Amino acid sequence: MAYPKNYRYTKEHEWISVDGPLATIGITDYAQHELGDVVFVELPKPGAKLETGKSFGTVESVKAVSEIYAPAAGEVIESNAELQNTPEKINTDPHSSGWLVKVRLTNAAELNGLMDAPAYEAYIAAKSTEASA
Amino acid sequence: MNKKIKKASRHTSQNEGLIFEKSSPGKRAFELPPLDVPAADPAKALGVNHRRAGIEGFPEVSEIEVLRHFTRLSTWNYAIDLGMYPLGSCTMKYNPRVNEFVARLDGIATEHPYQPQELSQGCLKIMRLLEKCLLEITGMDAITLQPAAGAHGEMTGLMLIRAYLEKLGNPRKKVLIPDSAHGTNPATAVIAGYEVENIKSESHGQIDVDKLRDLVTGDVAALMITNPSTLGIFEQRIPEIAEILHAKGALLYMDGANMNALTGVTRPGDLGVDLMHLNLHKTFSTPHGGGGPGAGPVAMKKILEPFRPVPILVEKEGGRLALEPVRPDSIGRVKAFSGNFGVLVRALAYILAYGPGVRQATEDAVLNANYIRKHLEGVYELPYSLPSMHEVVFSDAIQKKNGVSTMDIAKRLIDYGFHPYTTAFPLIVAGAMMIEPTESESKEECDLFIDAMKSIAVEAATTPEIVKTAPHTTRVRRLDEVGAARKPVLRWKPAVPRSEAAD
Repeated sequence: MAYPKNYRYTKEHEWISVDGPLATIGITDYAQHELGDVVFVELPKPGAKLETGKSFGTVESVKAVSEIYAPAAGEVIESNAELQNTPEKINTDPHSSGWLVKVRLTNAAELNGLMDAPAYEAYIAAKSTEASA
Repeated sequence: MNKKIKKASRHTSQNEGLIFEKSSPGKRAFELPPLDVPAADPAKALGVNHRRAGIEGFPEVSEIEVLRHFTRLSTWNYAIDLGMYPLGSCTMKYNPRVNEFVARLDGIATEHPYQPQELSQGCLKIMRLLEKCLLEITGMDAITLQPAAGAHGEMTGLMLIRAYLEKLGNPRKKVLIPDSAHGTNPATAVIAGYEVENIKSESHGQIDVDKLRDLVTGDVAALMITNPSTLGIFEQRIPEIAEILHAKGALLYMDGANMNALTGVTRPGDLGVDLMHLNLHKTFSTPHGGGGPGAGPVAMKKILEPFRPVPILVEKEGGRLALEPVRPDSIGRVKAFSGNFGVLVRALAYILAYGPGVRQATEDAVLNANYIRKHLEGVYELPYSLPSMHEVVFSDAIQKKNGVSTMDIAKRLIDYGFHPYTTAFPLIVAGAMMIEPTESESKEECDLFIDAMKSIAVEAATTPEIVKTAPHTTRVRRLDEVGAARKPVLRWKPAVPRSEAAD
């Protein structure tokens, strides 16, 4: 699956996409693949504050429960209610309808410290050679 | 004559329906004597809101039907009494029958916790002796037997750490946890109000001591270490790790879940550990089944002793034992009465039956794990090559090339008559296969297991479909785990509502 060029990526495999004053956050295709079938997601309510690098929710797959870390600080405007009944969207469409939360960023400049798509692709490529070494 | 013959249910090979499906109106498994007091109106006594007309779908069955239903279900279980149970990290060892004999002795089985202490001296003595044995085994100064399980022991341990540091003026903020620790450790630290910081293992699967040195600051309350780690590897630099922590006023907590690799050989207390829990249901052979109960005693050094949960077992004049209910600095009670007493009795029976022989149990457990490792190395990939202790962790890397995963191999093991090993844990090994035979298995049983694993490896290479679709010999085939988690059916509902069916 292609990594959208206009998204930014974290080392913990979250993506963030900015559209005007709001940003959308989700987990990457690589992350969903590593997790396996997602069965449950726990997300913050609107109004919750995200702190950069801190956990703001969990994704539970048949293998494990994993924390999701905030790529940037902000306030939650909306969380993806559809995932409560169809968590599989994270597996089938991680970069679009499988989004997790929409936030109002505190400081959009924070995104400059994140990876762009080619850098992230290089990062996960290095990870998979490390794993098979 | 196309009519299908209806056979009696042979529970050894056929599926058993739900008890609700066996129901037919008017049957019952009890007979009450006629009412010999004036009838009371429940609606009046409890309030109209609490009275309901009936229970939809409540099963109506005869006594023998109830009995057969549950007896059949009971035979479906796989147990250590049926065969090898190499579920890594769980230490599924034999539960000696002598434990059960002792726990059922009249003077023990019929005791009541509200009995006056003068009449409970025997039970208190059992607890005292167990305390002494466990202190000797762990090399610690004080112990509480109250916690009901391993995770409960961890929780108690972290509460002790917090109480100790608070008394010194600052409970601190962080608990460090290596990525090779037990999965419950981070959860415990968070519930105890600490922030968790992970430490990545170095390339051999050991704690990165240099990194640890950087991470231990005045903000760190403790390091929670599992030793041997979940990789089945002994942390060789543990005294140095303890020194690093102590120099900064932090404590070293050891998860004792893997104590089956150390008992009688080395003592965590001598290695610089400040406190630890033991899983009596693992190392000390008490049953795991049916949700326990377990027991997770916490042993500690003197500095933590004032904070021990109450009541404290103390020796009075003339050797009389008493439970002291009040201690000014105690974290309080963590469990009703004296913990799961029946489990404590069984653990003591095990320790006394072995005596100094517990050391051989440990050595045999390590030997069995290494025997299996030696025979399966190369057949399955061994991601970490340091010596194994009581368990060995392989990965599915070789089989994965054919699309066969650790889960598939585990399911296939069921067809060979074994309980699966632990799959996909520890998380630092992709496709982990964690095997712990324990000392209970003979060489012959280990050989059977090795043969099964070798045979499955051949299947994975030549006919992978057989492995990927296993199990094939069970009453139900591969279950839809994803579907069960995503769309769980939590309650049975009658196909046709009873009231309509009756019309």
